[in-house]
Amino acid sequence: MISRPPTSTTPPSASIAEPPMVVPGPVIVDPLGSTRGAVRPAPFRREGPDKLTGRAIYVDDLVVPGAWYGATIRSAEPHARFLGLELDPAFDWSQVVVVTAADIPGENVVASIQADQPVLVTDEIRHHAEAVALLAAPDREILRAAKRAVRLRTEPLPAVFDPLESDHEFAHNEVGIGDVDVAMAGADLVIEGTYRVGHQEQLYIENQGMIAIPRDDGGVTVHGSLQCPYYVHPALKRALALSDSQAVVVQTETGGGFGGKEEYPSIVAVHAALLARKSGRPVRMIYDRHEDISATTKRHPAVVTYRTGVMRDGTLVAQDIEVVMDGGAYCTLTPVVLSRGVLHAGGPYRCPDVRIRGRAMATNTPPNGAFRGFGAPQTEFAAEMQANRVAEALGLSPLALRRRWVYQLGDMTPTQQVLRESVAGQEVLDRAAEASEFERTRERTAPGRGGGAQGRAARRASGIGLALAWHGAGFTGSGEVKLKSVVYLDMDVTGRPTILMGSTEMGQGTKTIFPQLVAAELGIGEDDVDLAPVDTSVVPDSGPTVASRTAMVVGGLVIQAARRLREQVETATGRPFSASASDYGQEHGPIHIEQRFVPYPDIHFDDATYTGDAYPCFGWAAAVAEVDVDLDTGEVAVRSVVAADDVGRVLHQVLAEGQVEGGTLQAVGYATIEEMQVVDGRYRNDRLATYLIPTALDAPRIETILVESPYSGVPHGAKGVGELPMDVGAPAVVAAIHDATGVWIHDLPATPERILAALRAAR
Amino acid sequence: MSIGFRVNGEPVELEVPGMRRLLDALREDLGLTGTKEGCGEGECGACSVILDGQVVDACLVPMCQVDGSDVRTVEGLSDRTGPLSPLQRAFLELGGAQCGTCTPGMLMAAQAYLDAGGGPEDGSIREAIAGNLCRCTGYTKIVDSIA
Repeated sequence: MISRPPTSTTPPSASIAEPPMVVPGPVIVDPLGSTRGAVRPAPFRREGPDKLTGRAIYVDDLVVPGAWYGATIRSAEPHARFLGLELDPAFDWSQVVVVTAADIPGENVVASIQADQPVLVTDEIRHHAEAVALLAAPDREILRAAKRAVRLRTEPLPAVFDPLESDHEFAHNEVGIGDVDVAMAGADLVIEGTYRVGHQEQLYIENQGMIAIPRDDGGVTVHGSLQCPYYVHPALKRALALSDSQAVVVQTETGGGFGGKEEYPSIVAVHAALLARKSGRPVRMIYDRHEDISATTKRHPAVVTYRTGVMRDGTLVAQDIEVVMDGGAYCTLTPVVLSRGVLHAGGPYRCPDVRIRGRAMATNTPPNGAFRGFGAPQTEFAAEMQANRVAEALGLSPLALRRRWVYQLGDMTPTQQVLRESVAGQEVLDRAAEASEFERTRERTAPGRGGGAQGRAARRASGIGLALAWHGAGFTGSGEVKLKSVVYLDMDVTGRPTILMGSTEMGQGTKTIFPQLVAAELGIGEDDVDLAPVDTSVVPDSGPTVASRTAMVVGGLVIQAARRLREQVETATGRPFSASASDYGQEHGPIHIEQRFVPYPDIHFDDATYTGDAYPCFGWAAAVAEVDVDLDTGEVAVRSVVAADDVGRVLHQVLAEGQVEGGTLQAVGYATIEEMQVVDGRYRNDRLATYLIPTALDAPRIETILVESPYSGVPHGAKGVGELPMDVGAPAVVAAIHDATGVWIHDLPATPERILAALRAAR
Repeated sequence: MSIGFRVNGEPVELEVPGMRRLLDALREDLGLTGTKEGCGEGECGACSVILDGQVVDACLVPMCQVDGSDVRTVEGLSDRTGPLSPLQRAFLELGGAQCGTCTPGMLMAAQAYLDAGGGPEDGSIREAIAGNLCRCTGYTKIVDSIA
């Protein structure tokens, strides 16, 4: 192992050494850039030592004396009339608490965008993992026995599994500019394609879990693994009819989320709280892996259909796109996922005539929800497939075609948004292509393309592929304005600042970068800045920790708060904050700063017409993947990925690279092996032995290039990083498979079966 | 049954059913919650500990097999009050830990690899941690931390 000191001047790896945009090694430029000009060593992950020594406390590590164990009784049918719960009279029920919908003191609903999902079913079961009743018992043995002693009486109803056959629509969107029909008619060539992507499981390594503890005031405190404390808080209030102060949500150390702990924790929390209320005791509701995979949300499957019109010289003239997403049984966040999918479906490409129509349909499968990328990976996979197929049809290199198409400053998007700043598609494309020697490698792999000479005799083929994407930064449309995020920055009488916010750490580095931002602004050390625990009785609602918005939006608020704090102290003392804060505190007492979100300047979106600035700005990502394909077995080995991501401003090199590398591997899994098999509305491979994710041996070498094209609407220029790499990995891998084999795989994942079938069809 | 073994060098004696999982004994009977449960069926490696020099999934080891053995967990990698071990330090500096759930098991697999004389070769390290799933890092920084 290498013990590299944080301030090391070790030369950075070759990939990030050449151009000047990237800050080398584990050293960061002051996140406030030129305003202060100092170069500070990046702090290590704040909670890192606790995680590395086993001291970090995750929900299942909490010791709560007297706590009972909770379990969920779920439907085993995808669609049925629920007639009743039968408790085996031979079982001793005196030691068990049973909760049904009749025990819900408030409304039987876990609301997200619609109020359609019940806490517990009353009459209609709409998916096979639907919660029908809850049990709690003093130990696991009794709980297991009790679960076996419960029967559901049901009457089956016809079920719908195909979103194309569903007549229940959760949402639809349409955006467009120009006249697509006229433009398409004038095109030299029209390329059509239909692409299908399936479910993907977030597979955070820590399963979902909540512990509910009754409060003396009649309310409940829940401790658990979650991304959004202020989603759980209203859910508890509504279902248990509690006041603001009677419902308290405390985040425990959270072992990954990726969107999977955005909405579902509300259900787990309400379930645990209902059991705690009825039993009068703390209740642990900790999912095992099988339950977590079976019941919790997944990435939305989608069917995306394109007609792309181009001229012989490669000019893109028209795109006509239809997106259909499978929402599952309840609405959850589906309308917003669809919206992001639709808004990104055109890809990062200038086109005068575009029409994008999307709809999200209900099926009798478990509800789908948030997962890194949030609709964009589905549609951008399809967009990139189209771009590559157009390039092939015109005999152009995929790189040359994208250079011609990619958005430049001043271009207009399908929502009539004019890209006024921070446009770096060309830069990430060129940087990734250069670092991977894309064109040179592609010349080497040319013989195998098109099922040529290499295909017949060889048992193995190599290929290279690239993809480009954009990702809207922050919430869609007027989302941030509606969220009204708040952070507090408090200084105590000793002059020590504490950040109070509802933004959560789940591994991405929130706890590290926020003290870093405040410390840089105040001219003090990161260790001299405290973070309040994420506890809704203490911290304000800073909006959900989703949409790659935390570093950008909430980070901007924290910087503004720190500037106000510094100004207040320095104006009074006439000396720098670092030298005078404690004197100020002793003389004037503590300071409480509340910083509220103020809409970004000149950003307007019309929800009614779906036109305007869909996002204040965009992040840009390119990936180049190299693969080996075994032509006998169809197996794909992804050898390397070069990822170039424009994140606006790098706040912490190691953490930002970690986001890109982790997101890239999730995308490689999405492209190659992660397949949720759905049979009659049930996930057949609902265990870790059967739903496979990449191991260290499956993982390619990932080379990260961080590009900085800052956004002027936030003081630090950061645009977010979490989701960007998820948009490009899969199309890059599938393009590389094509480069190796000559066949296009239209449906994800590109399994050996699909590849062999395509190779057979091509012969 | 009564089972005597050593955990991180300390002798312990537990009165537990022979089929109780080592994972539960560590977490619930001994309060060593650093070792995590990720799947309970030996697929993810979050519960990896070193048993008599070998990396095992503590969710698959019944206590009857632990009698007389030597068990090392993440809590034994460094002194409670002392500095991090060189391996832990490398993970901290190079970004080998993100959400931290796979980390204790990953560290134990890596420690066993290093204890057995494993070197800095990328392929050998990946082989050594192939039974430990990480969903956050993409493994690149974990491999760098071990190398």
